[in-house]
Amino acid sequence: MNVVTRHRRLDAIWASERGFRGWFSTVNHTDLGRMFLVTSFFFFIIGGILAMLIRAQLATPDSAFAGPDIYNQIFTMHGTIMMFLFAIPAFEGLAIYLLPKILGTRDLAFPRLTAYGYWCYVFGGSMLLVAMLLGIAPDSGWFMYTPLSNAIYSPGINTDFWLIGITFVEISAIAAAAEICVSILKFRAPGMTLAKMPIFAWYALVTALMILTGFPPLILGSILLEVERAFGFPFFQVELGGDSLLWQHLFWLFGHPEVYIIFLPAAGIVSTVLPVMCRTTLIGYGWIVAAIVALAFLSFGLWVHHMFTTGIPHMGLAFFSAASTLVAVPTAVQLFAWIGTMWKGRPELHLPMLHIMGFFATFVIGGLTGVMVAMVPFNWQVHDTAFITAHLHYVLFGGFVFPVFAGIYYWLPHVSGRKRFFRLGEFAFWLIFVGFHVTFFAMHWVGLLGQRRRIDTYTPEDGWTLINLISSVGSFVLSIGIAMVLLDVILHVLSSRKIRRNPWQAGTLDWAMMTPPPSYNFASLPHVDSRHPLADNPALPVRLAQGHGYLGTPRADWRETLMVDAATGRPEAHVIYPANTRLPILMSAVTGIFFLGLLLKTYWMVPIGMVGVAGLALRWVWMLGRRDDLGAQHVGQGVILPHASATDRSPGWWGSLFLMFANATLFGCLLFGFAFLWTVAPGWPPLVRFEPSFIELGVGVAAALGTALALRVAMAAVRNARATLPALGIALTGAVVFGACCAVMLWRAPPPVDHAYAATLFVLGSYGLFHAVLIVLMTGHLIARVWQGYTSPARRSEFAVVSLWGDYVAVIGSLVLLVGHLSGLSL
Amino acid sequence: MAPRGVILATTLLALNGCDGATSTLQTAGPAARVIADLWWAMLVGAVLIFMLVMALVVLAFVRRSPDVAADERGQVRVWIIALGLAFPMVVLAVLLGFGLVIGERLLPRDDVTVVQVSAQGQRWVWTFSYADAPGRVTEDILHIPAGQPVDVSITTADVIHSFWVPRLAGKLDAIPGRSNVLRIEADAPGDYQGLSAEFSGENYADFGFTVRAHDAAGWADFIAGETE
Repeated sequence: MNVVTRHRRLDAIWASERGFRGWFSTVNHTDLGRMFLVTSFFFFIIGGILAMLIRAQLATPDSAFAGPDIYNQIFTMHGTIMMFLFAIPAFEGLAIYLLPKILGTRDLAFPRLTAYGYWCYVFGGSMLLVAMLLGIAPDSGWFMYTPLSNAIYSPGINTDFWLIGITFVEISAIAAAAEICVSILKFRAPGMTLAKMPIFAWYALVTALMILTGFPPLILGSILLEVERAFGFPFFQVELGGDSLLWQHLFWLFGHPEVYIIFLPAAGIVSTVLPVMCRTTLIGYGWIVAAIVALAFLSFGLWVHHMFTTGIPHMGLAFFSAASTLVAVPTAVQLFAWIGTMWKGRPELHLPMLHIMGFFATFVIGGLTGVMVAMVPFNWQVHDTAFITAHLHYVLFGGFVFPVFAGIYYWLPHVSGRKRFFRLGEFAFWLIFVGFHVTFFAMHWVGLLGQRRRIDTYTPEDGWTLINLISSVGSFVLSIGIAMVLLDVILHVLSSRKIRRNPWQAGTLDWAMMTPPPSYNFASLPHVDSRHPLADNPALPVRLAQGHGYLGTPRADWRETLMVDAATGRPEAHVIYPANTRLPILMSAVTGIFFLGLLLKTYWMVPIGMVGVAGLALRWVWMLGRRDDLGAQHVGQGVILPHASATDRSPGWWGSLFLMFANATLFGCLLFGFAFLWTVAPGWPPLVRFEPSFIELGVGVAAALGTALALRVAMAAVRNARATLPALGIALTGAVVFGACCAVMLWRAPPPVDHAYAATLFVLGSYGLFHAVLIVLMTGHLIARVWQGYTSPARRSEFAVVSLWGDYVAVIGSLVLLVGHLSGLSL
Repeated sequence: MAPRGVILATTLLALNGCDGATSTLQTAGPAARVIADLWWAMLVGAVLIFMLVMALVVLAFVRRSPDVAADERGQVRVWIIALGLAFPMVVLAVLLGFGLVIGERLLPRDDVTVVQVSAQGQRWVWTFSYADAPGRVTEDILHIPAGQPVDVSITTADVIHSFWVPRLAGKLDAIPGRSNVLRIEADAPGDYQGLSAEFSGENYADFGFTVRAHDAAGWADFIAGETE
């Protein structure tokens, strides 16, 4: 088979539908990565326009441009859009586009999940846009502090748009994060050990793990606050045993790691692009990996530095102050490794490098002011002033936007296959750089002069007029610069000079393919033995195109790839991906019905949405089944591998593992919230407690444990070709009994509107009940599979997945019932 | 000062673009002064570090001689261990110790000479009451004696607010169900502008108050109920 025939055969298998119809059915990571990026930049422009409105308002004192009602919506939406609808999706888009290419494989672990996440992002983001166009956008600040955001002080629908829309969007973050983890650990080119991964993959892996740990607190907080607003459960109302500080803890437990979730991928771009621009390799690879991991851990230990003025005891503040300054150390390790790399090589000032220099100058200032505000006494003065606004923009614009622009100009030839023709980019950079510093440098000063954040106007007597005017002028220069980048990118795509392959002479596998990239990435998969495979063997792209790697022969209509051992990269299993389908967009639309029902308080839509999502999810999984054994497959290079469904560790098992990790974090936050309210909130202990029953507790825990045990028995039975239905029947019964015990707990608990105690108990019980239903559905699915002849020892992987969930539910189920019943004991 | 002088000075300051009524750097009390000193010290340190980093970046472009450390181990030693780990750790340890000592000094301590007042925030008015004058309540003006530490017990009647007098001290939040105590002190009699520094909705921008520091006689008059 020659190169062209192979290309045609593979492309016929992998390509999306032609034209715009393809957008709705594509599951291809290249398409979806580009769609994510374009959509996120659309939101960046919207957020930027809002920023210009803010600066227009503050340019002069006593401004009558917008009243406080509109202005509060504008700044709330500016923060919300930039954080949730630009920065995180831009990372997701870049990771989705780049990871399979840089890891030497053909797609991410769960192509349909990529598409589902994208559509959840689009629909959730649209909700917020609609709210803004109707003038009913959220207006309590992007941090949504209670009680200001509760039903008493924010009675309108505005806040609900935030809580529900953002939670909807977060589905895409969680989905993408779980998928990125599995893809990096299990879907790499054979031979690529963890130590040979391109550094960007390490950044993406740690970022994804941080999303799985960092977003659940926010999701939990949003659920609790929405339930409080809609049904009056008093989680945050101090009169009824709640505590507004619980919201702050949950919010910043998310909010601080969020800053590093945004910064790390950008640092990953710098670590990838900078060595190429310096014609060398990165120094201290192992040190940088250690620094990233350290940063991730530390970032979860310093959320309280957003709460230094809330009256927390000083020794507590000292701990968080120390952690906040310590976080500068791993950042410094990376910074000096980059500068050392520049000294090691011969830096060339191409456009991506220019943006990296902008990043250095800006981000270092942001880091230094960050250390300043980590000092507790200084924080007491500048907290909630323009000084903080300036600091956070130096960190986020410096630490994210400049590297992202560097990345855009670096990978644009990859996306388009074209060379830059017009030289607008350099001019745009200088406008952005100068405009940014004029805008935000001044803001430090006006903050020290006492200008608070979020004020809609000020008087001439305040003495801030000149500084604000300078700041506003700078912001318009900045905006013009960004508009020019946009124009430059559009002209780039329209201009027609094709490039040769690998224009930057990079050493990573993303450049070992045609540009623009073909739908299947690599005609055959490389075997990797170094960190810079393309630099070692410049002929690699040709060899791969000729089919000299793994899976070089297209078979049937299979989208084939390999799963490897997480640590060593040894090929482990043969995977066939699902093809194009409209199921993801349909399922996210139905998910939207669920959220829309909550938003509009048309609660009859909610169960319809839930049943719809459950039905589509079952259909989703069912489509992957086979009625016959596939047998071991030759994958090239003399390697014969089993299909993934003949293993106990299929992609689905790995995906479940990471979803469970996020789920367990959410559950942990719920228990933390319960303990926090119990010990810290005023208004405890509650007057009425739950009446414990050791019979219900015993039966429920036994049922949860029994379910897990029965599922393990079923897993062993299918492996040994024995009957599985008896064990599955026991598991189903166990799950039903466990669910009943949770339901009884909900039924017998005191009314949840009376006290935060009962409200929390209600959420705990519902969490248990939800998981009981989940196990019932999963076990029912397995029974249907057995009944329809879809299982055999070589088609057994779903048993392991359900068993994993069974184990999880045994643990959380026992905890739910234990905490619930023991909380009723009066000691 | 004569009235003409006051007018002249005010005009000059206004033209200058900063009359400083809310400036954290035109300090009028011990707490704000300590924090402003910390700021100036940190600013000098930050400028020096920034210049060092930028010099290293620029040198990477203009330098002609080969790198000092040619092998990977030497590079790691210089760039990562010395500059990346040791350098920030030393700087941060010193700064952190400094910050903690200052923070500890600013805390309200038990002291018989401290004047006790209460501040309650409510959208959009501050209500003040006084331990030395039971029943005496003022709105949007807090009266204190000058040259004497005052503990302000801060509460809220609705959403979260924050009590902040930039020229006197840092800010502290008013949290529902809680009472936080902030120590302030004004060096000299006079009016000091106070701000509510936690976003509270519609009228947030105008939400402030005044702290009026009296000399000993004025404070005695106020306690006796002779000042409005």
